Amino acid sequence: MDNRKSTQDVALGIRRRVFEHSMRNNGGYLSQACSAAEQLAFLYNEALNLGDPTLPAIPKPFAGVPRAGNDEYVTGAGYNGPFEPQYDRLFIAPAHYALVAYATLIETGRMAPEGLEMFNRDGSSVEMIGAEHSPGMEVHNGTLGIGLSTGAGLAWGRKRRGETGKVCVFMSDGEVQEGQTWEAVQAAAHHGIDNLWALMDVNDQQCDGAMDSVMDVRDIAAKFRTFGAVCVEVDAHDLDALRQAKAEPHEGQPLIILARSSPTHGMSFLQRRFPRLHYVRFKTTEERDEMNAAIAEELGIQPVELEAH
Amino acid sequence: MVEMVNRPYAGAFEKFAVANPDVLCLSADLTSSCEIDGFRDRHPEQFLSLGMAEQNMMSFAGGLGLAGFRPFLHSFGVFLYRRPYDQLMASVAYPRRKVRLMGFLPGITTPGGMTHQAIEDVAVMRSIPNMTILETGDATEVESICEAADSIDGPVYCRVLRGSVPRLFDTPIEVGRMRELAMGEDVLVVTSGIATEEALRARDALSGAGVSIRHLHINTIKPFDPQPLLDHIASVKKGVVVLENHVIDGGVGSLVAEIMAENAVGKPLVRLGLRDTYAHGGSRAYLMKHYGLDAAALVAGIEKIIGAKTGITEDALAVARVDAVHSAVKAEAL
Repeated sequence: MDNRKSTQDVALGIRRRVFEHSMRNNGGYLSQACSAAEQLAFLYNEALNLGDPTLPAIPKPFAGVPRAGNDEYVTGAGYNGPFEPQYDRLFIAPAHYALVAYATLIETGRMAPEGLEMFNRDGSSVEMIGAEHSPGMEVHNGTLGIGLSTGAGLAWGRKRRGETGKVCVFMSDGEVQEGQTWEAVQAAAHHGIDNLWALMDVNDQQCDGAMDSVMDVRDIAAKFRTFGAVCVEVDAHDLDALRQAKAEPHEGQPLIILARSSPTHGMSFLQRRFPRLHYVRFKTTEERDEMNAAIAEELGIQPVELEAH
Repeated sequence: MVEMVNRPYAGAFEKFAVANPDVLCLSADLTSSCEIDGFRDRHPEQFLSLGMAEQNMMSFAGGLGLAGFRPFLHSFGVFLYRRPYDQLMASVAYPRRKVRLMGFLPGITTPGGMTHQAIEDVAVMRSIPNMTILETGDATEVESICEAADSIDGPVYCRVLRGSVPRLFDTPIEVGRMRELAMGEDVLVVTSGIATEEALRARDALSGAGVSIRHLHINTIKPFDPQPLLDHIASVKKGVVVLENHVIDGGVGSLVAEIMAENAVGKPLVRLGLRDTYAHGGSRAYLMKHYGLDAAALVAGIEKIIGAKTGITEDALAVARVDAVHSAVKAEAL
């Protein structure tokens, strides 16, 4: 697809959309937009080779789960383009980043803004925790730690079939607490799966708070390298650094890019909430109004018009 | 004397996989124990070693399914659902990937004790939407399990026998079709897996005692068409006995009980199997006797249904096969 906007503009648009949505819905995954906006903008706007969407701009309602006889069932992968040998595939491993991913689809012209209005509504496929039928999703990743394994399996299969498209897994750093992540890296390295790469949002945050207080994961770059991956660490908000990292040679090995991010980048007001940033709710009407004004100003937009509680 | 077949899976899998290039052989460090060591050596390009890491293997297999491959996962049954249950759900069962789970050492067929004995696997798999469950009861079924499993449009879990396996049948598994092994009219005996051989051990003695047995062998546990079973239940006078190499909760006994209850069948039912207990490590013959899974237990169950003693003693039952725990036909003790 033609890049209508610069990646920087896409990132700003993601933050604005997630902010507006969270304001209107009395809370949301704001910090994930702060930390990951550049990363998802980078993936969709320039790093991945994706074809035009194959699904309608306004997502269809939930069409049932996969089961024998449900011929209506489709995954949300069509928003990332068709499954063709030359195109890349993307898995959003931390499925609770769905709101940020949906905002990215809108900013890159892959989904209509109306899609976000369906977020977390009963009967909608635009689910709060991205399901495999949700826009931009291809598999369930809501149970954290399984995404990289799936990516490794698909990448092995695509390589075996001689497909040139790569497999990318967008990850979050909390997933490194799961043993499966390490099983996946060692398997990818053992089998030389080098058409696989991961971009990890290292925001040092998890549901209970700062990661080093919940379960210290120590030097994950050294761990990834020891397990057999090529690993580079960059500033997640520096697009040139992301570009350079993506170009890192990794023949015979998977590439893991650790994107060190700030969970309040672009919404400094959220620093007051540190370290409980996983899902931001408003404690009082006054706080919401104050946050609305402060973050809108930082994002260069008017405060969101809110209905009275 | 029943014919014994040595390592029927080994040759059957190799033949099947070689003819189907999109079939991949996955192993989690139990390659010779699952009789695929020869395949690994002769067809390395179709073999993927994934090490002792079943969680990754399960999701990895889901990814292979996305690429159009049909991975056969080989391990002991327990290791295909206990540790990687979450991955089984999210990466395989929900999306209906064509992943074939070849679970060896079902129930108490291993001296490995609790950690190695898949005693509740059928109950677990029955409760998973989209899952198909097949169970082998003899060498012919083992020889045809790959074809049967690969005919399923979705994930399938198979209880596979290994080592020296008796040949009881001369026709391959037909998915969804139970075997009618006897058509008597007093008591319906329903068995699956190795329990079928036990029931056959009691056949002559029961006949001699004047008990007319109708005997069904189940190799497709899910999906299950209730009507043929209901017809058979209607054809017997006394009641039903189910014997299975599994806990009585959630397995074939439960399946039969559910069908009887939902169809208001007012006949007695006896479920034989592990009764809310783990087993421990020991020989198969010892465990089957100790936990009431053998021919003698079946006779006792039938006596309960008919309300009378048959007079059948242990000695009257056909001789149980006794495999040495460390016999040459097994790749290793486990």
